[in-house]
Amino acid sequence: MSNPLNISPSPHIHGKESTEKLMYGVVLALMPALFASIYFFGTGAIIVTATSVISCISFEYLIQRFILRKPLSINDGSAIVTGLLLALNLPSNIPVPVIIIGSLVAIGVAKMTFGGLGNNPFNPALAGRVFMLISFPVQMTSWPVPSGFKTGYIDAVTGATPLSIIKEGIKNGESLSQLMEKVPSTANMIFGNMGGSIGEVSALALIIGMIYMLYQKIITWHIPVSIIGSIAVFTALLWLINPESNADPMFHILAGGVLLGAIFMATDYVTSPMSPVAMLIYGCGIGILTVIIRVWGAYPEGVSFAILIMNAFVPLMNTYIKPKRFGEEVKNG
Amino acid sequence: MLKTFPLGGIHPPEFKLTSGSPIKQLPLPQTVAIMVSQHIGAPASLLVNKGDSVKTGQLIASINGFVSSNIHSSVSGNISKIDTIIDTTGYRQTAVFIDVAGDEWVDTIDRSSELVRDINLKPEEITEKCRESGIVGLGGATFPSHVKLTVPTGKKCNLLIINGVECEPYLTSDHRLMLEKGEEILVGISILMKALGVEQAMIGIENNKSDAIAHLTRLSSDYKGITVYPLAVKYPQGAEKQLIKALINREVPSGRLPLDVGAVVHNVGTAYAVYEAVQKNKPLFERVVTITGKSVTNPGNYLVRTGTAVRHLIEAAGGMPDDTGKIVNGGPMMGKALNNTEVPVVKGTSGIILFPSDESIRPELKPCIRCAKCISACALNLEPYLLANLSARGLFERAEIEKITDCMECGSCSYTCPANRPLLDYIRLGKSTVIKMARQRNIK
Ligand code: SF4
Ligand code: SF4
Repeated sequence: MSNPLNISPSPHIHGKESTEKLMYGVVLALMPALFASIYFFGTGAIIVTATSVISCISFEYLIQRFILRKPLSINDGSAIVTGLLLALNLPSNIPVPVIIIGSLVAIGVAKMTFGGLGNNPFNPALAGRVFMLISFPVQMTSWPVPSGFKTGYIDAVTGATPLSIIKEGIKNGESLSQLMEKVPSTANMIFGNMGGSIGEVSALALIIGMIYMLYQKIITWHIPVSIIGSIAVFTALLWLINPESNADPMFHILAGGVLLGAIFMATDYVTSPMSPVAMLIYGCGIGILTVIIRVWGAYPEGVSFAILIMNAFVPLMNTYIKPKRFGEEVKNG
Repeated sequence: MLKTFPLGGIHPPEFKLTSGSPIKQLPLPQTVAIMVSQHIGAPASLLVNKGDSVKTGQLIASINGFVSSNIHSSVSGNISKIDTIIDTTGYRQTAVFIDVAGDEWVDTIDRSSELVRDINLKPEEITEKCRESGIVGLGGATFPSHVKLTVPTGKKCNLLIINGVECEPYLTSDHRLMLEKGEEILVGISILMKALGVEQAMIGIENNKSDAIAHLTRLSSDYKGITVYPLAVKYPQGAEKQLIKALINREVPSGRLPLDVGAVVHNVGTAYAVYEAVQKNKPLFERVVTITGKSVTNPGNYLVRTGTAVRHLIEAAGGMPDDTGKIVNGGPMMGKALNNTEVPVVKGTSGIILFPSDESIRPELKPCIRCAKCISACALNLEPYLLANLSARGLFERAEIEKITDCMECGSCSYTCPANRPLLDYIRLGKSTVIKMARQRNIK
């Protein structure tokens, strides 16, 4: 016998799934949204994305190599996913240094201090984004209007997002029907021709990404459907009660970061619950909090906050919401 | 829609390389080592001594208690020694070593191949015959069959389920048996039905064995109460509880037996052994074993006498390939790795798989990314990541609350995990510790 025999315990075969495959699957699913953002925001989108991805990978490398002195894990793809998601949540004219600071917070604070991939309670990209929003409110809320490659970088023409038009307008006492004239048409919102973070504008591109991830079994339907569904139901109620001061459900779902958040941010494995029932509760929590923040809160948009708040409940949900075990309920028929 | 169990499960590549290879008799070896413990329960008590000469089919160790089994000699010859041998679990076990001389069978055995359909024994006599003949579950669990045929008072059995699922990749011994010994299996099932007093038997066969499904369906029209059910291919459908769920949509409660939903499950191989015992008076001393592997020259299915060293099977299949890195006794999902080829074939040996070295090494360990794929893979809806974590951290009380003892060690979780976590290794540790704790509690 030439080789020593391996006697490790069963199972003796392993499936084809791997962390890398899943992470690169998410990267691939984000490509339509990235292309849409480049189409609408031009060079700005490229600069933002490249900066964010490169800084996330670099920070992960530097921290693991020189501070933690642990084995490197940068090729597992998770830093690229964080970098992409952070970028897609930013306006296309955000100054490069601000992106680098955001990446440092995402990777260095939100991910590595908790022990790296698998241990972080909060979604790193969102933690980075919310930090930037609080620290650089002006830069983070000046939204270039989409104009393709004609858009300059820092000196881009800026305008308001559909959500802020509504929020400001209602505050100033304008009626909703007047305001709806000012926001982009539904078709423009579906394709992505509106102001906003580079990755959130095109509903179509995001949905293509979702279908791909569902097909590849990277995610399950529970989280996106419960978020979008609960937002639809909640805003429909408000709209039916008072259509003059509440936008319709379609508008709420297409405007802002609902789809990006529901499909890509809230489904982050590490920071979302494990059992299907808990996923549904988590999703509904995000949906309801989003609407509350949008309608009654200080910010026009609430998806990021909603996800981060629900992230905090995930450990609790994992402890107390259990899948129904096989043979648990005695069904004697 | 084909029937299957709803929760969890996986679809590993099948690699049923030997499903077209007819069963061949493996030539008798020069010596055999017959272990006195080839079943779940107490080892049998030795009846022979060094120097004795024995015949093929002679009782050499007798049943020791209710949950135990008789052991018969698989060859004729002289007992050279009674010694220990390392078995598949790595423990030393007592075995009877016999130098083979000729092949002289005990004369009560009917060696003709003629099919005997009429069942003359009464139900209790059938159970007694199974006990005498050393019949145990041949699906791998090797639970003594007479125990399963003895329905405790207060329980009622109204359905016999026959497991022809063979859901483990690579293995084809049951598949071949169904194709080549279909009539005998059906008579065996009728015998089991008579012993249990049931009118109905369901045979579950996965759809990747359509020839066996067609064959048995055609033959079964001659047998009252027996129906064949094709099942969607999904591992671990061969697990008793999953098979029952798939066929009759009833869940056996945690910690209980199939009888609690009125069913008894036997394997097709067992049904064949029962036929031989009851109709041919032949005790259980040989079985069909698959020898296979991607680099094996002549993979095949062999009728092997118990006590034959695995080495002979490997030689019959063309020798051990140079790249062999692991020898697995049983299926790739639940089988045990062997570290030597002198291990004897026992009643529960369904196959030997030789894995090339690149497939023998586990993929690199990564941190858990909490993807929940292990939960979706678990047919019992346990949380493997959590059970493994609790076991690794020594939190056995919590593991017990999380139902670690329900785990059937099917391996689907470890198979699925993208981070290559050795989930089942830790769960096994936790499970055995929890069982030990529970036992100590009961003593107190
Ligand atoms: S499948 Fe593996 S990585 Fe995913 S949750 Fe389970 S243990 Fe963690
Ligand atoms: S080995 Fe146990 S925990 Fe893992 S999938 Fe099978 S039954 Fe579930």
